[in-house]
Amino acid sequence: MAELLQFAFSGLTVGAIYALVALGFTLIHNASDIINFAQGEFVMLGGMTTVFMATAGIPLPLAMLIAIVVTTGVGLALHRFAIEPARGASPVALIMITIGASVFLRGVAQIVFDKRFHSLPPLFGADPIQFGGAAILPQSLVVLAGAAVIVALLWLFVERTLLGKAVIATAANRLAARLIGVDTRRIVDFSFAVSAAIGAIAGILITPIALTSYDVGTLLALKGFAAAMLGGIGSPLGAVVGGLLIGMIEALCAGYVSSSYKDAAAFLIILVVLIAMPQGLFGRVKVERV
Amino acid sequence: MNLRALIETRLLPAILVAAIVIILPMFFPSGYYYRIGALVFIFALAVVGLNLLMGFAGQVSLGHAGFLGIGAYSVAIGPTHFGAPSWLCLFAGAILSGAVAFAVGRPILKLKGHYLAIATLGFGLLIAIVLNNEAAWTGGPDGMNVPALTLFGWRVHGSDAWYWIAGATFVGGFLLALNLMESPTGRALQAIHDSEIAARVLGIDVARKKLTVFIISAMYASVAGSFLALFNGLVTPDVAGFLGSIELVAMVVLGGMGSIFGSLVGAAVLVVLPQVLTIFQEYEQALLGLIVMIFMIFLRQGIVPSVTAALAGWRKC
Repeated sequence: MAELLQFAFSGLTVGAIYALVALGFTLIHNASDIINFAQGEFVMLGGMTTVFMATAGIPLPLAMLIAIVVTTGVGLALHRFAIEPARGASPVALIMITIGASVFLRGVAQIVFDKRFHSLPPLFGADPIQFGGAAILPQSLVVLAGAAVIVALLWLFVERTLLGKAVIATAANRLAARLIGVDTRRIVDFSFAVSAAIGAIAGILITPIALTSYDVGTLLALKGFAAAMLGGIGSPLGAVVGGLLIGMIEALCAGYVSSSYKDAAAFLIILVVLIAMPQGLFGRVKVERV
Repeated sequence: MNLRALIETRLLPAILVAAIVIILPMFFPSGYYYRIGALVFIFALAVVGLNLLMGFAGQVSLGHAGFLGIGAYSVAIGPTHFGAPSWLCLFAGAILSGAVAFAVGRPILKLKGHYLAIATLGFGLLIAIVLNNEAAWTGGPDGMNVPALTLFGWRVHGSDAWYWIAGATFVGGFLLALNLMESPTGRALQAIHDSEIAARVLGIDVARKKLTVFIISAMYASVAGSFLALFNGLVTPDVAGFLGSIELVAMVVLGGMGSIFGSLVGAAVLVVLPQVLTIFQEYEQALLGLIVMIFMIFLRQGIVPSVTAALAGWRKC
């Protein structure tokens, strides 16, 4: 039982990060139909910038803030200088642009930073908390709490503010949103910025546990995309559930079956789910109009 | 179809491509260029297959490197563990790839858009993970050596020999693809690309046509993978990895979706570019990403269709 609890907790921790990445995918997809493969690089930038600001002598909280601001800027720039000029291109071409951007960001990161692995000190010490026989890192709780706060804030924002309603309107029907006076271009701007910020926060939260380097983004983007699709793209709830599920499957497979096949387990489940439910767990059935 | 159309749609493009294969070596200053040329044609072969799937049938596959991996490991495992001749393993690999594509394609190709993308991505990753972990058979992450190809007692080695084999096979694959696209199946695929529902109303068996082209494209990739392994004399699981799949898709999109000739151009750009960029050392990756972005922003239809459209517009003026 203690073993299961231990695996479940590490699964939830990683899953929370996947969920945040998936949420980033969902936000940008809802505003613009684009699958942004540079999403993982936002996570890398958040972690790496914090590490290098902190080693430069800047106090940790300030370093984190700078990292979030820098990454948000990168997200905005990605939209303004790469996605906007290619408006009207085919979806595959747009995906290629974001993949190009992710290669570019990785390349810049290895020049500006370096190619080594880095870590951050955990926020509340490194002594594990004993809980039902399982040892839980305090930082795991920070990750889970951080993810929960972000999800709650996002929900509040969407439900309670005018800008949030505009985001929903844009996701539902872009043309109709524009007709009622929503500046959809600014909504896309906004979703790139928020996605980047969420990615940066995810990177800062996970670095004390999982280390970071210039190339951690690819795998995170893959897992985040998988999580978003498992939940059903477009559904924020699906993104969170999908992320947690993939984290759990991986941890349980690594614990009970074989750690070298943990990625295989996650993707096998995704294939099975998609074959049974082609719209993911929470996706809407889209009717194609002729 | 009359003779003139036949010449215009098949013979001229085939002669053009064959001429490229033959004339290019006259400008090669060293044997190194044969190596690059061979790699271009090998990748172009896989890209032609993927282009049939993406550009004509409109189905994205983010896991096509998986088939490259099946082909590559067929010619590695077959001769090493079973003592089978390489050429036989090449064909066996292609048939295995086709069979896998048939089994996987039936459920997967029902998915649409991004769901198809993640399903193919997952499938490709599964192959890469198996290749990485079954070390007893595949040598694990370090990969394994591939015995050289022997044809009628001739042991094929050297970049120039592979240049000619890869070039000739590419011309064959190119002609086959052109033929396929002008056939009823090809027309049906283009109809599916434009509107799946309209195609179904016309009486096209959409699921079957998609599956057919998926199998064909898998076999193209498999043969290219076998060539790659035999040419390098070494194979690692990276050949089947996610980045490999992305590279193939990038070649298709860069050259131009739906342009068979674009497949060659896309493969050439993405094989040659990293070689050129190595002189920039640590800036290599950043520049590669930047160039891909710029190409996609300004030539969003892909290089060949964009240039053709520009030329046509210029001629009209």
